Amino acid sequence: MIQSSNALPAKSIFQNKYLQIFVRYGLTVLLALLLFAGILLITGNNPIPSYRDLFKATFGSAYGFSEVIVSMIPILLTALAVALPARIGMINVGGEGQLYLGAIFATFAALAFKDLPGWLLLPIMVLLGILGGAVWAFLPAFFKAIGLVNETITTLLMNMIAPKIAGLLVFGFWHSPRETNMTPNFVDAARLPTFFGTRIHLGIVFGLVVLALFWFVMKYTRWGLEMRSIGGNVQAARRNGIPVKPYMLIIFCISGGIAGLAGMAQVSGFYGLLIPNFSPGYGYMGFLISWLAGGDPLGILLMAFVVSVIMTGGNMLQITIGLPYAVINLLLAFSLFVVLAKPVLPKFLRGKAA
Amino acid sequence: MSLLALLGVLSSTIFSGTSLLYATLGEVVTERSGTVNLGLEGVLLVSAATGYGVTVLTANPLVGVLAAMLTGGLVNLIFGYLIITRKANQLAAGLAVMFFGYGLSALIGKPFVGKLIKSLPRYMFPGLEDLPLRYTSLFKFDFLIYLVIPMAIFIWWLLYRTRWGLSLRAVGENAETAYASGRNPGAIKFQGLFVGGLLAGLGAAHLSIAFTMNWAEYMTGGRGFIAIALVIFSKWHPIRAIAGVLVFSGAVAFQLLLQVSGVNISPFILDMFPFVLTLTVLLIWGGTRKHSAPATLGRVYEGTE
Repeated sequence: MIQSSNALPAKSIFQNKYLQIFVRYGLTVLLALLLFAGILLITGNNPIPSYRDLFKATFGSAYGFSEVIVSMIPILLTALAVALPARIGMINVGGEGQLYLGAIFATFAALAFKDLPGWLLLPIMVLLGILGGAVWAFLPAFFKAIGLVNETITTLLMNMIAPKIAGLLVFGFWHSPRETNMTPNFVDAARLPTFFGTRIHLGIVFGLVVLALFWFVMKYTRWGLEMRSIGGNVQAARRNGIPVKPYMLIIFCISGGIAGLAGMAQVSGFYGLLIPNFSPGYGYMGFLISWLAGGDPLGILLMAFVVSVIMTGGNMLQITIGLPYAVINLLLAFSLFVVLAKPVLPKFLRGKAA
Repeated sequence: MSLLALLGVLSSTIFSGTSLLYATLGEVVTERSGTVNLGLEGVLLVSAATGYGVTVLTANPLVGVLAAMLTGGLVNLIFGYLIITRKANQLAAGLAVMFFGYGLSALIGKPFVGKLIKSLPRYMFPGLEDLPLRYTSLFKFDFLIYLVIPMAIFIWWLLYRTRWGLSLRAVGENAETAYASGRNPGAIKFQGLFVGGLLAGLGAAHLSIAFTMNWAEYMTGGRGFIAIALVIFSKWHPIRAIAGVLVFSGAVAFQLLLQVSGVNISPFILDMFPFVLTLTVLLIWGGTRKHSAPATLGRVYEGTE
């Protein structure tokens, strides 16, 4: 990349916004991989074959690539669930809990109405999933709107409660006759359709549609304008007659609904049943993705992809070099560190705007 | 329900509450300097794993405790580099540290899974020596437990009766003003983080070396997040933090008691109880809370021109 850029007129090319974004993400990943290579070396593994495996597992085959897309679905949605309220200055750390509630509500529908045909059952599950997440988001938003408690801490605490509700329902009422720690498999009508014989399911369409809606509403509608003005200056917005509190409530509920949709997509599209503690922190990953992308829709898509590559590749590393799976969190953390530390780019890569 | 079960619950509550109180005190110090460390969970995990590993290697739990403390301080310094030197967003950096902790602790702890350690020596609680033999083992505590309340008082003294504490709180309230009065907000925030990390490390050491005496991935089980909630619960005050931990541990104990006494409630409902209680108390205190939080909590200090 460096050589090709020297051959071109550096300035005009690197003032291109999108190219800059790509260069930035590329360098981020590169630096993070270098840091993680250090860890691999310390633990006595040769990083080069490990990385070859990692990339082979993700980009080397159609199957591997499809797995990346599969793991991208929940975090794309939870990232959007964070990016939306961030526009009005609200911090939703509760994606994790809202995801669980969405999964729980959707599971309820899948088990209760299992005789319904798919064209009816799936929309019910989607609606209930959204409703579940929205319910879980309503409480923090309500308390925030009446000025009681900051939404950061309430959403965080409610994250701890949600998986226990899942546990209560699964162990207590919903478990399958054979296993006590999971529900029976959903009927086919309650499963989101998958594509191309892979595990990619309709959830990816949900993600992309919500992403497009988010971009469109923010950019081209009055709502987007009013939300941005609330995020910019609450006082000014209030004095201009923008209903701030209704916005807070509604936007937060919608964002909870998006996270709930992610939960619904996971249980219906990916697992096909509900396990308590099924999420390895999708909500938190969503928060980081949204934050790293600065709430920018294209950036969210890119960062969600990068994080998915790391997660999917991590599975492979675990199998091939026998490190605990949790270690892949390190690679994730290093990518985040690099972005958060905002390293100074070499001069020729810096555009004027950057 | 037998007396033995009752006392057993009490004893285990004291053990699990201790690590929580240390972590809460650490977060109080950190937040007083205007920094929220959402990565506390990760800090605790790395410290617990390191402390445990060092204890296995040196066969000396004291060295393990020291190593855990230092680790806590160092991880917090990484966090500090991101948010103070590089001015990164605190919440995002905190979550990054959380993931860092998940990964690093798994890596550090892996060789030591299932290894036996020599735990910290335990001393009989004064005045209880005459108890029947089967109860006495429940009231033998290690020195970290005896030290935890004095530590809270010490932290109070440090924050409210020393020049350093004044500087720390001044930076938390308003870094620009603190700068104008000749203090270096960046350095003080680093110090606050380091002290907070030492305390978190102490709590983690108690958890892995003295209480559970083993290492398991994700063994802290949300203690970091609970500590963050308890800091708010205690209105950023070290003495009230004792009360906060007591209420929380009391709720946990109550839940254990119900289970022991055979009340037929799902354990999941009981597990929720401490969190619901904490939420409720936060709501009740909500109105008055604003006046006690450090004014610039969570904000990035951009430097003063």
